This record gives sequence, C-alpha cells and structure tokens, in this order.
Amino acid sequence: MYHYDDFDRAFVAERNTQFRAQVERRLDGSLTEDEFKPLRLMNGVYLQLHAYMLRVAIPYGTISAPQMRVLAELAERWDKGYGHFTTRQNIQYNWPKLVDIPDMLDRLGDVGMHAIQTSGNTIRNVTADHFAGAARDEIADPRPYAELLRQWSTDHPEFQFLPRKFKIAVTGAPNDRAVTRAHDIGLVLKERDGELGFEVLIGGGLGRTPMIGKTVRDFLPEADLLPYCEAIVSVYNRLGRRDNKYKARIKITVHETGIDEMRRQIEARFAELRPLFDGGDLEALDRIKAQFALPSFLNGPSEIDLSDPVLRSFVDTNVTPHKRDDHAIVTISLKAHGKTPGDASAEQMRVMADIAERYAYGELRISHEQNVILPHVRRSDLPVLHAALRAAGLGTANVGLASDIIACPGMDYCALATARSIPVAQQIATRIDEMGIEHDIGALKIKISGCINACGHHHVGHIGILGLDRAGVENYQVTLGGDGTERAAIGERAGPGFAYDEIVPAVERLILAYLDVREDAGETFLDAYRRLGPAPFKAALYPEEKRDAA
Amino acid sequence: MSRRPFTPKVVTANLLREGDVVYLNAQGEWVGDLHDAELIEDETRAAERLALAEGQPGRVVGAYLTDMKAGRNGPEPVHFREGFRATGPSNYPHGKQAEA
Ligand code: HEM
Ligand code: SF4
Repeated sequence: MYHYDDFDRAFVAERNTQFRAQVERRLDGSLTEDEFKPLRLMNGVYLQLHAYMLRVAIPYGTISAPQMRVLAELAERWDKGYGHFTTRQNIQYNWPKLVDIPDMLDRLGDVGMHAIQTSGNTIRNVTADHFAGAARDEIADPRPYAELLRQWSTDHPEFQFLPRKFKIAVTGAPNDRAVTRAHDIGLVLKERDGELGFEVLIGGGLGRTPMIGKTVRDFLPEADLLPYCEAIVSVYNRLGRRDNKYKARIKITVHETGIDEMRRQIEARFAELRPLFDGGDLEALDRIKAQFALPSFLNGPSEIDLSDPVLRSFVDTNVTPHKRDDHAIVTISLKAHGKTPGDASAEQMRVMADIAERYAYGELRISHEQNVILPHVRRSDLPVLHAALRAAGLGTANVGLASDIIACPGMDYCALATARSIPVAQQIATRIDEMGIEHDIGALKIKISGCINACGHHHVGHIGILGLDRAGVENYQVTLGGDGTERAAIGERAGPGFAYDEIVPAVERLILAYLDVREDAGETFLDAYRRLGPAPFKAALYPEEKRDAA
Repeated sequence: MSRRPFTPKVVTANLLREGDVVYLNAQGEWVGDLHDAELIEDETRAAERLALAEGQPGRVVGAYLTDMKAGRNGPEPVHFREGFRATGPSNYPHGKQAEA
C-alpha cells in the first residue's frame, strides 16, 4: 500500500506544528474564535453538541494494521475508548479536548495519517471502492488515481477556498460500490481498445438538493486525469455560486448551467490546461502504482468445509469473491444488532489489526457503509478468522442485510442535527433480529440521516429515513426506492412523517409488506419496489388512510 | 412590528479548552449542571448575561441564549436538543449523565 515519502511526512509534520501554534494562540487570546474556526476546520476539528470532534482521513479507505492500532490508541488515550467510522471513509472521535488535539495529530503523523482537508471548502478525502485491488469485477485498482488526486489537491493553492466543499470518488469496477454518482466528481474506470480511462460524472450529491451525477466525458484517457479534473474544478470555482451556501455545490452549478454548457467550458479549459501538465503527473502515477502492488499471495485450497451453519451464514453475507479463487474478501460488520452503526472500541480495533496481520497480509479497509474490510484472506483461513472475530464480538453476519444500516451521528452528537438517527438504527436492527427474518428478507439497505444534510445517505437507501424537527418534536420522513449503485436513483418521499416511537413499527410494516408482495425470495426489496411502484408500500406505511379511502 | 413575549432563558456555551457544555449561573460562573444555571426572566438581563459570556473568549466558545423552563430543581430544557446537551448522547452513558 501507499507509504508516505519524505515530502508527505515533512508536510504533515509542518502542518501539525503550525496547528499546535494556532491552538496556543487561540488559548492565549491572540487569535479570536472567528479567526481560529476556519483553521481548526481545515484540520478536521469541529465543535459538536457535547464536545469537540476530530475527523481523521483514511484516504480511499485503506489502512494498515499499525495505523489501526494508533487509531485504537487515540481512542483510549484521548477519547472515550471508541471511534466512529463514517460514510466518507473517515474516523471521528467524539470527545477530544482541544488542548489534546495537537498531540493526537502528532501521533497520527507518526503513522502517516492526518486530518487535513476533512473539512472546509476544499477537495475532501478522495474515496474509492473499498474492495479495490481485490474485487473480481475490477478493471484496475482505483486507489493509485485516488492517491494521485490526493497529492494534486492537497494544499492546491487555487482550490483552498472553493465555493463549497468538493468530493471525489473513484471506482475501478462496473459494480459501483463507491457511490460515484452521488459525488461532485465521480470517476468510473473503463477499458476501451485495450486502454484505460474514465467515465467522468459531475454534479452528483445528496444533501438538501439530491442529484445524480451526469456524464461529462464518456471516456477520458488515463493520462488526462489531472488536467481534466483541474479543468472541472476551475470552471466550478469560477461559476459556482458564492452568494448562497445552499446553492454553492457543483450539483447546482451543473443544474443551473446545464451539462452541455458545463462540458463546453470544461473542455475549453482542459484544452488550455493540458499543455501545462508536462508528464510529471504520469511519472508520479507510475511511482504510486508501484506502491499499490498486491501482497505476495500464498496459495491455498479454494474449497473449504462450510458444514458449520454459523460459518456458512457468515460466508453467505460477509464474504465476497476475490480476484483469486483461493482468496476471499471479508467484511467485518460494525453493525452488531442494537449497537451504534460504525462504532468500534479500541479493543476491537486492536483485534482487527491483529487479525489483519495474521490472516490478511496486514491490510484493512473502511467502507462507506461503515464496515471494515479485510481485502485479501485465504479461503482456508476463513474458519479460524471467523472464530477470532466472533470471540471479539465482531462476527455479526449481516452485511448487506436490513440491520447493516448506515446512520449519521444525528442529534446524539451533531450540532446541525434536527433529530436523532443512532437510536432509530439501533431499534430497527434489534427488532429485525427479534423477528428472526433478516436472512429471509435478503438485500435491503436502510439509511438514516439526522438532518437534511444527508450524511447518512438516506436519499440512496432502499428505505431512507430523514429525521426532522417538527415543532420541537422528532419526526421521521421515509423515502423509498433510492439506490447508490450504478443504477443510482434518489428515493421518493412516501408521505407524512412518523413520530419517534412510530418509525420502527412503520419500517416493520414496510418489510412485512415486501415479504407479502415479492414474487419469490430472489426478488429484492428494491426490485419489488421497481416492479410495483410505491402503492403497496404506502398502503403498509399508512394503513388508516387506506381504510379511510375505502 | 409585533414582538414575541420574552421567554425564560439560560446562557450556555462550551468550554474552550475542553469542549464541555457549560451554563452561566447567577454569580457569573460557568457550571456543568443545568440545574445550577441562572434562569433569566427578563430581556435586558438576558442581553447583559450574554454579553458577559461573549466577553470571555478565552474561557468559552459559542455562547448563546436558549429557552428553558423552571423545573423542580432548577432550569429544564424546552427543546430536546438542549435535553441532549444537558444529559449526553442516548447511545452511551457518556457526557453529563456519566458525571451525575
Ligand atoms: C458530526 C459532524 C458532522 C457535520 C457538522 C457534518 C456536516 C455536513 C454538512 C453541513 C453537509 C452538507 C454540505 C453541503 O451539502 O454543502 C454534510 C454532507 C455530508 N456529510 Fe456530513 N457532517 C458531519 C458528520 C458526518 C458523518 C459522521 C458522516 C458519515 C457518516 C458524514 C458524511 C457526509 C456526507 C457523505 C455528505 C455528503 C452529502 C452530499 O453529497 O452533499 N458527515 N455534512
Ligand atoms: S446528516 Fe445532519 S445530523 Fe447527520 S451528521 Fe450530517 S449534519 Fe449531522
């Protein structure tokens, strides 16, 4: 995997020294809060409801065992013994003291990690398919491109004060696991006539005005990646609306300008920029690619004994085919029924690091679905690995199922929230577990956000839940039919919202209605919704209305 | 221009160094327990107390006035957001509820 070179290390160290001095100047009064706030945000430090929050980037979700141990150490030394993995492949600490944050950042710097550009109107942590390098359906590993983009965008002088934040995601596989269509720039690797390139999408995003990204270039040769992205950001930097924060994202620029006019301007800017890139970017790409060399795989048998039903069930849900027949991709669920989605204790982080070293060539990934991935595991090691996970409370077999819920921090932590999301997720998962029908329900994505900013991706949940504040009381709106994959769709609002104590029963009714109307066990919730439309689902959500109408 | 009648309020903020939620009491000190906060009953006093808080940028950050009502043991939240700030998150026994 990618290792920091001296330049990266020096850059991060300098940035940390700078931030330490800024904290000191804030504390001694030489910086006002108005001056300090943008500086702390540039370093991933937010002020939340109860405390500060530190957001640490995990670029393209790739992390080594020693890095995971440092994340555990931070949780223990300076927080409350756990961390929260987010949909942006970050980890957030919910309780750090401002005075400790410089020490936390230094410790992260020791293992080449940082919190730079996890906030602010900059190009954020570039995300990638969490199965990168391992997926069977992959054309090429997307991470070298993500790393190239990270190097290009980090501290890019022109792009530190964009109209708004800017998020890029890359996938190397046609099955889109990186939600590229909900990003400011989505890059989908393709092969054409033996050459690598990208389909480039722009203007996707969720939040208050959800939009699916539009294709601006069908096929961009690999070599043109940086100049083309620079052209996009540069056109956006000029056209993007700075007058209204809610209209400032590129999705609005694309919407208001039109994709054809955007394309014309981007291509024109690209023509100007192309000659200025002298090939240094491609040399860098080659160097980076070498760093992402795959581990030296050990051979092993492909067939393993799955007669143990608990193991079998785990393999069914949490194990994905690998490029190699004798290996597998293992997803460790951070969604134990009734627990906080995405949270891991320091102890669990250490167990995952140990397991990764013993059975997975030392590599881990964080998925945007708030789970941890072991990308390369020998199939013959699956039984012992599964036993080790179970012993640490990490053996939950629910990946892709109804209790594998994405939930943002919501009103339990977030200063912007309008309602809670975590306890709703906890209760839905607990209820589904009690009913014992989770495996029968099959693939179902429930996603919950605690406000219109949509950090929990509710718009692309098969069932989306948005928590709102209705006259001082929590109220939950349901959307149906959203999809974050290559068949991306924004969910449609089902109708009036539900009170806090009504939302879990409402979801239960929806699920039971699906079981009732599906053609067979092979038809997923989303497929059934697409076939039947919202009517049967609305009838289940609002039974009294049906009765009134009858 | 019609003005809404003044409703009782408390001054709250977060400690600059630690981040903890705090409230201003009648003596002008920062306290961790909402019940010890001063419930401000009139508008002039509210403006004065907020100014006092805002004049301490070295101690607290993000001071604001928020609606509270009189309870048996002191001020109590009107809105659930302040309820969570006063007790802590619902998924772990962290925050103020752990200190009680
Ligand atoms: C707790 C502190 C957080 C704050 C203050 C915060 C704030 C925001 C805001 C204001 C937006 C909307 C920006 C816009 O549309 O211009 C946003 C978007 C987003 N946030 Fe957060 N967020 C927080 C936590 C999280 C967490 C924990 C996650 C992951 C679980 C997350 C993932 C996202 C994502 C994916 C978006 C993008 C939606 C889009 O495409 O516009 N955020 N956040
Ligand atoms: S969706 Fe809203 S409540 Fe949830 S983390 Fe984002 S800003 Fe906070």
